[in-house]
Amino acid sequence: MADSKYVLEVNDLHTSFFTDSGEVKAVNGVNFKIEPGKTLGIVGESGSGKSVTAYSIMQILAQTGRITSGEVLFKGEDITKYSEREMQKFRGSKCSIIFQDPMTSLNPVFTVGYQLEEAIMLHTNKNRAQAKERAIELLKLVGVNDPEKRINQYPHEHSGGMRQRDMIAMALACEPDILIADEPTTALDVTIQAQILELMQELQKKLGMAIIMVTHDLGVIANMCDEIIVMYGGRVCERGTADDIFYRPAHEYTKGLLRSIPRKDNMKEKLVPIGGTPINLLNMPEGCAFCPRCDAAMKICLNQVPDELRISDSHLASCWMNVKELYESKEA
Amino acid sequence: MDNKEMKRSFLSAQVDLSKFNAGNFEKATDEEKRQKDVMGESTTFFKDGMRRLRKNPLAMASIVVLFAILLVIIIAPHFVPYSYDEVVTVNGQRDKTMTNLSFMCYSDKELIYMDETGEDLFPHIFGTDGLGRDYFIRVIYGTRVSLAVGVVAALMVVLIGIIYGSVAGYFGGKVDLIMMRIVDIIYSLPDMLIIILLSVVLKEVLGGKLAGTVFSKLGTNMISMFIVFGLLYWVSMARLIRGQILTIKNNEYVLAAKCIGTSNRKILIKHILPNCLSVIIITTALQIPSAIFTESYLSFLGLGVSIPLSSLGSLANDARAGMQTYPERLVIPAVIICLIVLALNLLGDGLRDAFDTKLD
Amino acid sequence: MAKYIAKRILLAIVSIWIITMITFFAMNAIPGGPFNKEKALSEKTLKELEERYNLDKPVGEQYVLYMKDILHGDWGVSLKTGRPIWDDMIKKFAVSAKLGGMASIFAIIIGIILGAIAALTRNKLPDRLIIFFTTLGTAMPSFVLATLLLLVFCLKLGWFPVYSATDPNYTLPVIALAVYPMAYITRLTKTSMLDALNQDYIRTARAKGVSKLKVIFLHALRNALIPVITYVGPMVAYILTGSMVVENIFTIGGLGSTFVTSITSRDYPTIMAVTIFLAMLMVVANLLTDIVYKFVDPRIKLD
Repeated sequence: MADSKYVLEVNDLHTSFFTDSGEVKAVNGVNFKIEPGKTLGIVGESGSGKSVTAYSIMQILAQTGRITSGEVLFKGEDITKYSEREMQKFRGSKCSIIFQDPMTSLNPVFTVGYQLEEAIMLHTNKNRAQAKERAIELLKLVGVNDPEKRINQYPHEHSGGMRQRDMIAMALACEPDILIADEPTTALDVTIQAQILELMQELQKKLGMAIIMVTHDLGVIANMCDEIIVMYGGRVCERGTADDIFYRPAHEYTKGLLRSIPRKDNMKEKLVPIGGTPINLLNMPEGCAFCPRCDAAMKICLNQVPDELRISDSHLASCWMNVKELYESKEA
Repeated sequence: MDNKEMKRSFLSAQVDLSKFNAGNFEKATDEEKRQKDVMGESTTFFKDGMRRLRKNPLAMASIVVLFAILLVIIIAPHFVPYSYDEVVTVNGQRDKTMTNLSFMCYSDKELIYMDETGEDLFPHIFGTDGLGRDYFIRVIYGTRVSLAVGVVAALMVVLIGIIYGSVAGYFGGKVDLIMMRIVDIIYSLPDMLIIILLSVVLKEVLGGKLAGTVFSKLGTNMISMFIVFGLLYWVSMARLIRGQILTIKNNEYVLAAKCIGTSNRKILIKHILPNCLSVIIITTALQIPSAIFTESYLSFLGLGVSIPLSSLGSLANDARAGMQTYPERLVIPAVIICLIVLALNLLGDGLRDAFDTKLD
Repeated sequence: MAKYIAKRILLAIVSIWIITMITFFAMNAIPGGPFNKEKALSEKTLKELEERYNLDKPVGEQYVLYMKDILHGDWGVSLKTGRPIWDDMIKKFAVSAKLGGMASIFAIIIGIILGAIAALTRNKLPDRLIIFFTTLGTAMPSFVLATLLLLVFCLKLGWFPVYSATDPNYTLPVIALAVYPMAYITRLTKTSMLDALNQDYIRTARAKGVSKLKVIFLHALRNALIPVITYVGPMVAYILTGSMVVENIFTIGGLGSTFVTSITSRDYPTIMAVTIFLAMLMVVANLLTDIVYKFVDPRIKLD
């Protein structure tokens, strides 16, 4: 297959869950591309579709979930067409994922060492002894102290931060091209958060992998990401660099998010939450997904999904407000 | 070019303004926005659960079956002119051919009677038993007894369990520790053995003394069963309730109630127990068939209700002797036991699926 | 861990002690003593029997003497047969153990397999069939099933011979005993499998590239079996009590039916001995279950 400049390309991805209550449209037309060694941040609240997007890439959706259309190109190849066996080879070796809650994400009845060795032996030719050596190496790499001892312990014997390091070690065991981090620091203390993020950046420099950082925490995103996409209701609202998003937000949802967090540059202003409740994915409204909660909503927002428009070299947004601005400036 | 100008220049290249008019950019009213925001209708916990229950065909079928059985056992005795403990007589005369009649058959004397007087005697729907008693009415009464025993035993167990569990769970600390140790010990005792033992003993000890009291009809076996139920069977309910209470106790609304000075008793009754309600109902629904099981098992061993009272279990046991010649006498009560237990189990499961929000 | 085991053993000992007390004092509460019922005995014989059985001493002392005897292997003499209880009891127990053992193994193996199948084919035909049969299974008391099996397959259809000591055919009795625990284990396995499959660590395993088969049978099942182990204790109790009726119905001379006949024939020493023996079995089964459970689940360290 054609080799592409991008290690991962997601084109017009649609994913739904087919439940007893109906079709839950979790991802509705998401596009993005990542180059090797770069970091993409996906920001959104619960239900925005960010995690489902990540799971769709790895095809580890729950039983009721399916990619309904679109393509996911890994180095030019469409992995949505892969068979289960090919996917199994892909997962863990070409692309790995670390999850939010390291407590529940590690199997409690197997030792940490066993789980690491499993990851290693699945994708390489090493035997158990060699795998164990590599596992110890990995634990050292991620900063777990006393790895020879730690490797024989069970997950519940490790602290929260250590467990997340174990997960990172497991994810990097086969030096994947892409690392997806699904809310990697949400379940951790703030001090540990910083350590883990630093660790990820170090490892990225060392191993050269692309990172997709999925989170609802704008602070985490700001420092790490080369490009950020903001999601709501399964769609991309806005995408750009950290500067674009934070200093020149071009979507009402992003603006709302920024107003609701404390910032160093406007400490005196009141925090304004976004009103209303998250969107009901069983019953998507016709127009812009954010419209019912948007203070600036217009008639056109009610019925038409906004087109994605380019605002600068690095910045795109899907919001009718930008068109309104243009319209009014022309009128003036 | 500053950012704003750059933005405008980018946008004008992409947007065909002629497609838009001023109306598009008018603000949307709150009403219009609300219409787009379709949320599920809010319901109470109870309504939501009942809705789920109604969708469960097995649970619904069980409710129908149980109702039907209840209906029959309440109404039937009014229609059937035979009594469960008296041998059927024709015109006050005994009839040797009255015994072991088959379904819907009449004895010789009955047939003669019907010919002579032209009267229609009520049919023996299930025939008669070895002593000449109408079997249908015996089965009806057996069902009544079995159900009554099951329900009373279950209620007793539930009540004791709730009280014990609430006290242990609510007060916690040392009280809880001691109470739960006792529960552990009781839990490890083999209940069936103790029931059997007690039955044997009580029969001898109380035998004569009960005559004339309200308990005499029940019989010593039943009494020992109830005693053992009251002493031993409440433990799992107590554990369950205690667990629930411990979880709920730590919720903030309980703390809030305490802060405004609500008494312990009131907190327990008004806040904690209603939240346990679904667990209580489900456990009760599943406890009844268990009690019926135990009772029929004991009856089968000959340690159940005393003659002339009959329960489904004792009917089945009596029918064992003539099993090869009159199998239906064994099969009918057996099938009814299974039906009741099955229906209650399905209902209990259905209730749990509908009201236990933690599942799936 | 050692603390936990010690605690459990202590609990077991206390339970056995309580049971023996209840049994002993219950039997002694029966008015008229154990001998006056059946035959008319001469004054001299009565006196001798009373001395032999320490009946002239206060009850408390009788209890202690009785327990001492038990610990020394003297479980008394049957009123009915006149022989020492222990020997007969052990012989009969061997028969019951065979029956119960087969039923247990059958229930566990088939139960786990069916439960796993049901969890994996959820809401499809295999699952629905399994649900149907297990629901029936948990609704049928063992004695009902036993009598029906005997009636239909043995007496009417003649597919299986009637059990006799010289030509033992265990098929029907084992089925009768095993159905309820098997149904229970099936449901338990299914629920805990579904539970395990929903856990985050399963998602992690999939994300590592572990094959579906391995995910199910290694990662999930290992966790799912833990609750099933806790059922073994109650299952033993069920099979022991169930065997009383099943043996009775199929005329198998095991410990269970001996117990039943000793009740009807008022053979008090036997009743006592068998009760204590069975109770000890159940308590030990529960004790072993508790200990094994702690070994199998590494998460739980303390009580």
